[in-house]
Amino acid sequence: MIEGMTPAAIFFAGAVLIPFLRDWPRKIVLLGIPMLGLAHLLALNPMDAGAIEFLDYRLVTVRIDALSLIFAGIFHIAAFILALYSLHVRDTMQHVAMLVTAGAAIGAALAGDLITLFVFWELTAIASVFLIWARRTERSYAAGMRYLLIQMASGLLLLFGAILLARETGSVEFTQMQLGSVATWAIFLGFGIKCAFPLLHNWLQDAYPEATVTGTVVLGSFTTKLAIYALARGFAGESLLIPIGALMTAFPIFYAVIENDLRRVLAYSLNNQLGFMVVGVGLGTDMAINGAVAHAVNNILFKGLLFMSMGAVLLRTGTAKGSELGGLYKSMPWTTGFCLVGAASISAFPLFAGFVSKGMILAAAAEQGHWFVWLVLLFASAGVFHHSGIKIPYFAFFAHDSGIRCREAPVNMLAAMGLVAGLCILIGVYPDALYRMLPHAVSYVPYTVDHVVTQIQLLLFSALAFTLLMRTGVYPPELRSTNLDLDWLYRRFVPRGAALVERWSDALFAIVGHAGDMMMRRVLHLVFHLHGPQGVLARTSPIGVALLWVAVLLVAALFLYYL
Amino acid sequence: MLMRDKHSDGKRWLDRPENVNRIIYVLFGACAVFVLLDLVLPRHSTFFFEAWPGFYAWFGFFGCVVLVVAAKLMRRALMRPEDYYD
Repeated sequence: MIEGMTPAAIFFAGAVLIPFLRDWPRKIVLLGIPMLGLAHLLALNPMDAGAIEFLDYRLVTVRIDALSLIFAGIFHIAAFILALYSLHVRDTMQHVAMLVTAGAAIGAALAGDLITLFVFWELTAIASVFLIWARRTERSYAAGMRYLLIQMASGLLLLFGAILLARETGSVEFTQMQLGSVATWAIFLGFGIKCAFPLLHNWLQDAYPEATVTGTVVLGSFTTKLAIYALARGFAGESLLIPIGALMTAFPIFYAVIENDLRRVLAYSLNNQLGFMVVGVGLGTDMAINGAVAHAVNNILFKGLLFMSMGAVLLRTGTAKGSELGGLYKSMPWTTGFCLVGAASISAFPLFAGFVSKGMILAAAAEQGHWFVWLVLLFASAGVFHHSGIKIPYFAFFAHDSGIRCREAPVNMLAAMGLVAGLCILIGVYPDALYRMLPHAVSYVPYTVDHVVTQIQLLLFSALAFTLLMRTGVYPPELRSTNLDLDWLYRRFVPRGAALVERWSDALFAIVGHAGDMMMRRVLHLVFHLHGPQGVLARTSPIGVALLWVAVLLVAALFLYYL
Repeated sequence: MLMRDKHSDGKRWLDRPENVNRIIYVLFGACAVFVLLDLVLPRHSTFFFEAWPGFYAWFGFFGCVVLVVAAKLMRRALMRPEDYYD
């Protein structure tokens, strides 16, 4: 292996190879690439490598430190799981797009400068849009287009900021930044779009559920977690992130309660989970950063697991809508079991992954006395259990029996889900496995009597609320519907507004046109009057008249000369 | 893809309403036990309100009730037909 080469190159080489392979050779390459990449990553020396001099700037394609290593590492593990999950798929486009997306995310996590980051950043967007388009419907085409435009905007903001920063400081190194200049604000906003900050969030819920069965899981694994990494690298301790993150944890859960498409529920829930991480990055203490990173790793696992289980449901039944599903535990018992592990993990049940990472972020918030933020996070924790922990498995696998009978998910999907479920439990039971890899030394102890008892109380009474609301009929039923979110602005308001402006401008043009018409008529009339037949300037006159005029002019000239 | 499966059409344990009720009674019992634990176990709290008896219990319960009721009200303003954007 070439010394100092980014592991991303291995993924890109694999992506080039894939179209020429079928069946077993392709499966071996798909599974082998992430393993090869991980082996290469772990063999790299913990220092800057792969430096290139480019137009007076030093570009670092591989930077290995604790923060980049854990993100690049989990991206490799995710890539392996996703390869396993999509082994049955017979679509070259999806396999190639998956490998390039994973490779680009890994390349971005290892990027030591903003230009390299930008290149990989944009590549994740360009590659991943094909996972949406691979569904090959008109709806997915439009959703992919919206997704691509917004992701490109994020990249361009990053590039714009990087160029300004390079002019200001003479360096493009990707390191801790301070908000204050146009450059850093542009970069912050670029990260914010990809991280789905409030008001910049809607591309996520719009696009993810429109991707293919495997595509949604790929999308959910890399893009947003890369943004969390970028924030942790560039803006750790930026206090503005605390209210932004708190808002992110709270508002999507309301949407999650009333959303019918269960993959879209998970997209709202993903937004909520990102909020916890953003708060952690904003708090900026060692424990908070550890919590944010640990939660990002766990989120890739348990959110991936939930997306995978809903993907399996979509594959087997043709729908992921709560209003159509129910009683699937009879047909898909394994998928149900894995989904429940994912649900317990995201809800932070003791002995499951979420418990050991989310607690860190809440403890860090409490430690710094942010009582209001802490309360919001606690509310969001109860809400997560409510919509991800209960609603997803309940409406898909239990509730009323929809009468749908289908086959269990393909064996490769079950293997992928089983692997992730195992990891979720492993991290929950033996958190040191994760803690050892975090960027800072961990002093946090997750399993205290306080934490276990209070968390179980919170979850039990949330479940009690769900049960009582369900039994009394207060709980809103799953309805076939679309809920208006911010995408309404650019999917309805702007197009309709543009149509309205067009109609108005048509009217305006009609008036202006009429006035112009009248004016032209007058001009033409005048020209006709002067030049037309019998017009003053169109009359023919005898030569004598001309001579007379010449004579008059001569006399006038002479007269002037003698004056 | 949809098909009838001989094995999965028998009556299941969960199909009987009394069994569902049993699960709910277990939930009630667990709730009661954990609130009582709160009174017995010595707890450490960072914020003063954390020390209120059963704080996490009623916060979780009312948090979810508010969440669901508010979301239900949001439907009035936000809900559109499924093919709204098509």
